[in-house]
Amino acid sequence: MDGQQVRDWESRCIEEQAPACTAACPVHVDMRGMMELLRKGDFKAAHALFARIIPFPAIIGHICDHPCESACKRSAAGAAIQIHQLERACVDAGFAAAPFRTNKQLAKKRIAVVGAGLSGLCVAAELGVKGHTVVLFEARPEALARLRTYDPQILPGTAIDADLARFANTSVEFRLNEEIDLASADGLAALADQFDAIYLGLGPDPQPALAGVLALAADGHLAIDALTFATSHPKVFAGGSQRYGAGYSPINSLQDGRYASLSIDRMLQGASLTANRDTQGAQPSRLYVNTSRYAPLPAVIPADPERGFSQAEAIAEATRCFPCHCLECVKVCPFLEHYGAYPKRYIREIYNNETIIMGPRKTNRLIDSCTLCGLCAAVCPEDLAMGEVCLSARQGMTAKGKMPPSHHDFALRDLAFSRSDAFVLARHQPGFERSTVLFYPGCQLAASSPEHVENTYAHLCATIDGGVGLLLGCCGAPAQWAAREDLFTESREAFASEWRRLGQPTVITACSSCFRMFTDHQPEVPVQSLWSVLERVGLPAGASPRAATLAIHDPCTTRHETAIQGSVRRLLDQRGVAAVELDGPGLTTCCGFGGLAEFANPAVADKIVDRRIGQNDADYLTYCAMCRDNFARRGKRAIHLLDLVFPTAGDPAARPDPGFSMRQENRGRLKRRLLHDLWEETVNEPADRIELIVSAAVHADLERKLILHDDVRQTIVHAETSGEKLIAPKTGHFIASHRAVSITYWIEYTVEDGRYVIHRGYSHRMQLG
Amino acid sequence: MTEPTSAAPEPGLLCAKCQLPLAAGKVEASYLGNTFPVDLLRCPGCGFTYVPEELALGKMLQVEQALEDK
Ligand code: SF4
Ligand code: SF4
Ligand code: SF4
Repeated sequence: MDGQQVRDWESRCIEEQAPACTAACPVHVDMRGMMELLRKGDFKAAHALFARIIPFPAIIGHICDHPCESACKRSAAGAAIQIHQLERACVDAGFAAAPFRTNKQLAKKRIAVVGAGLSGLCVAAELGVKGHTVVLFEARPEALARLRTYDPQILPGTAIDADLARFANTSVEFRLNEEIDLASADGLAALADQFDAIYLGLGPDPQPALAGVLALAADGHLAIDALTFATSHPKVFAGGSQRYGAGYSPINSLQDGRYASLSIDRMLQGASLTANRDTQGAQPSRLYVNTSRYAPLPAVIPADPERGFSQAEAIAEATRCFPCHCLECVKVCPFLEHYGAYPKRYIREIYNNETIIMGPRKTNRLIDSCTLCGLCAAVCPEDLAMGEVCLSARQGMTAKGKMPPSHHDFALRDLAFSRSDAFVLARHQPGFERSTVLFYPGCQLAASSPEHVENTYAHLCATIDGGVGLLLGCCGAPAQWAAREDLFTESREAFASEWRRLGQPTVITACSSCFRMFTDHQPEVPVQSLWSVLERVGLPAGASPRAATLAIHDPCTTRHETAIQGSVRRLLDQRGVAAVELDGPGLTTCCGFGGLAEFANPAVADKIVDRRIGQNDADYLTYCAMCRDNFARRGKRAIHLLDLVFPTAGDPAARPDPGFSMRQENRGRLKRRLLHDLWEETVNEPADRIELIVSAAVHADLERKLILHDDVRQTIVHAETSGEKLIAPKTGHFIASHRAVSITYWIEYTVEDGRYVIHRGYSHRMQLG
Repeated sequence: MTEPTSAAPEPGLLCAKCQLPLAAGKVEASYLGNTFPVDLLRCPGCGFTYVPEELALGKMLQVEQALEDK
C-alpha cells in the first residue's frame, strides 16, 4: 500500500470530524458527549465534561450566546437541540466546578493581565493553571463587573461567585481598583519590563490614547491578529470585546482568552504562533449526517420557562440529539459493522497490519472479509471505497507472502478446476467454421444450472446468424479477489488465446462478474451482457410461469451497469412478471460470494446474505447464479432470470443450493454432455468412481468444512488401496486419512455392498511426521 | 441417516494394517515452516498417526491460524 494513498483514503472518511454543534462552538465543547450523558440522566458527568472545556461553567451555562444551536443538525428533523438550556440544566443541577489546580512548572514566567473581564480571567485561569505567575489589574473594585449588571434571573450573582471561587488558592494575584494608564511612561512599557507577557482585555471602547504605543485599526480599536491575538508589540496580546465592539458575546470573549493564552504559552516557549491552528474557533463541520433517517421531533418546552428545564425535561430534550455521526457505510454493510469501528479506523489498522515488523497481523481476516461490492462508496458522502482499500491490502499481503493460505485456498482450487480440462471447452457452433459471437456462461451458472447453459446456447444459436461459439471456463475473478495476480494473468491469457483462436468474436456473458472482469481488465475484448442480447434477439416462446410479484436483487457487480439493469427490467416486463425494487440497483448488496468473503469469513458473509434476504418477503429474482444459490442456502426463495426465460414445470424458487461438490460435478457433466450432444464426440465418464452414500446432515457438514465428495473419494481410495486406515472396534467404522497437496483429510466410513457410507469428515492444514 | 459424529473418538482404535492398538507417541507437526512436537496416538508398527476431529478443528486450527497471521 502506498502511504500517500492511505492518507488520502483516511482523510476522506469524515466520521471523526466534530459534529456541527461542536464545530460551531468557539471553544468546541463536546455537546454530543454531553447529550449522551444527559440522556442517561448523568448530570454530574455531563457537567464535568462541560467544565473541562469551560473555565467558568456557571456563568457560561447561564449566558452563553450559543452559536452552536443554529448549526445543530436536528433542525432538519423537528427543531435544533436547545443546547444552551441543557447547559443551564447541567449547571443548575448543583455541581460546583472544582477550584483550579496549579501545575508545578519549572520555568515559571510572569504574566500581566489588564482587565478582569471574561477574556482576561480566562487568560489568568489558563496560564495560572500552567503554573505561571499571573497578576491581574482591574480598575474597578471587582472582577467581572460587567456581568454583575445582568438581570439576576438570567445570571444570578451566585453563579459569578461560584466561578470566581475557582481562583481560591491559586497564585493568580487580583489587583482590583488599580487603573493602569497604558499610554504613560509607567504604563505598557513598564509592564513590558516587569512581565514576560501581557494580555489586554480592555473592553469594547476604542483606544485612541494608545496610538503610538500599539498599532490601532481604522476604527480606533487595537489592531489584533485574528488567529494569534497578537498586537504590534511582541509581548502583548489582546482580545475580548475590544475585538467585537458593542455586540457582547460571552463565548467569544472566553474563546479570545483561551486562544490568546495558547499564543502566550507558545511565545514563552519560543514555538510558532501560527502552526496547527486550523481547527481554532467556530467553523462549519465536515461531518455528514443523513438527517432524513430521523423522524422529526418537536423541541421540548419547559413547563416553567423562567426556571428552564426540569431534569426530566432536560433528559427528554437531550434524547432528541441524534447523536450526529456519518457511519453511512457502516449502517449498510454488515462487514463494516461486524468489526465495531468505521473506515478511518480500519484504514489505519490495515496500514499498520501491512507495515508491522513484529507481532501478529491482526487485521488479515478483516481485510479478507470485504466482498468488494462497492456499496460503501455508493453511500459515502466522500466516495470512499473500502473495497479498493481491502484489495490493495490483499495485494500487499500476497506480495509479501503474508496472505493466510487458508483464506482463499478452496476458492482457488475451485478456480483451478474450472480452468482445467474437466470443464474448459472452446468450440465454434457445430457446422460453423467461424463465430460472430461467443457465449461465455461462466463457471458459476454452469455449476448451478447446467441446463440453463444448454438452453441459452441453443436459443442463441437459433436466433443469431453467422455462428455462435461456446467457451466454458472461468474469467479469473476469484484470482483477482484473492490478489493472486499470477493466477489472474494466467486466466486472462488462457481466455484471450481461445478467444483469438475463435476469431475474436463479441463475447456474450451470462455472469455479471465475468462482464466486469472483461470490461475492467480485458478492454480489447468486445463484451455484451446476455440480458441485453436477449432483449435484442427476443425471448423464446413460453408462458409466464408465475403470478406473484418478485423483488429484484441486482448482483453487486452490476451496480453501475445501468444498461444491463434496464434490459433485465424490460425482460421481466416482456414475461409479464411484476417486480418490485429492494433499494434499487445502485444500492444493491453482495450475496457474500464477492471478494471471496464467504471463504475467509463465513459468519460475516452469512450476515450480509441474511440482511439482504430479510428485506422483502417476496421471492427474489436475480441474474447471478451465485447470488441465487446463496439466497437459497440461507433459506430464501429465489429464482434466476433464466428460470423465467426457460420456464420448466416445478418450483424453481425452491431449488436448493447445489453446494460445492455438486457445482464441480455439474460443470464436468455439462462439458461432457455438450460434447456428446452437440459435437457428437464420445466422452468417457470418469472411470471407476467409487460410490458414496452421504446423508443430508453429513453432506451439509462437509460443505461447511469445504470438503468435496472428490476429496472424500480420494481419501477412501487411498486407504483401500494402501490398507492404511484405522478401525474403531466398537462401531466397525474405518478412519482414513490422505494428504492432498496442502490439506490432510480424515474420513470415517463403513462399506455397504461395495458402496461407502460416510459418517464424518474433517481436515487440517498442519503436516505430521 | 447418519449424523456427523462429533463425540470424542472412541478408545481402542486399531491399525487395520498391523492389527495393533494405537499408542501415545511424540510426532513432529509442521506448518508454514514452523515445526513442533505433539503427543498423538500412533501405530507402533507402521507409524500411522491419528488426529481426532476435536484436535484438528480445535487446538490445531488455532495454531494454524496464529501461524498464518505471524
Ligand atoms: S460513509 Fe463511511 S467511509 Fe464515508 S465518511 Fe461516512 S463513515 Fe467514513
Ligand atoms: S443533533 Fe446532537 S450532535 Fe448533532 S448537531 Fe445537534 S446537538 Fe450536536
Ligand atoms: S463489503 Fe461492500 S460495502 Fe462492505 S466494505 Fe466491502 S465493498 Fe464496502
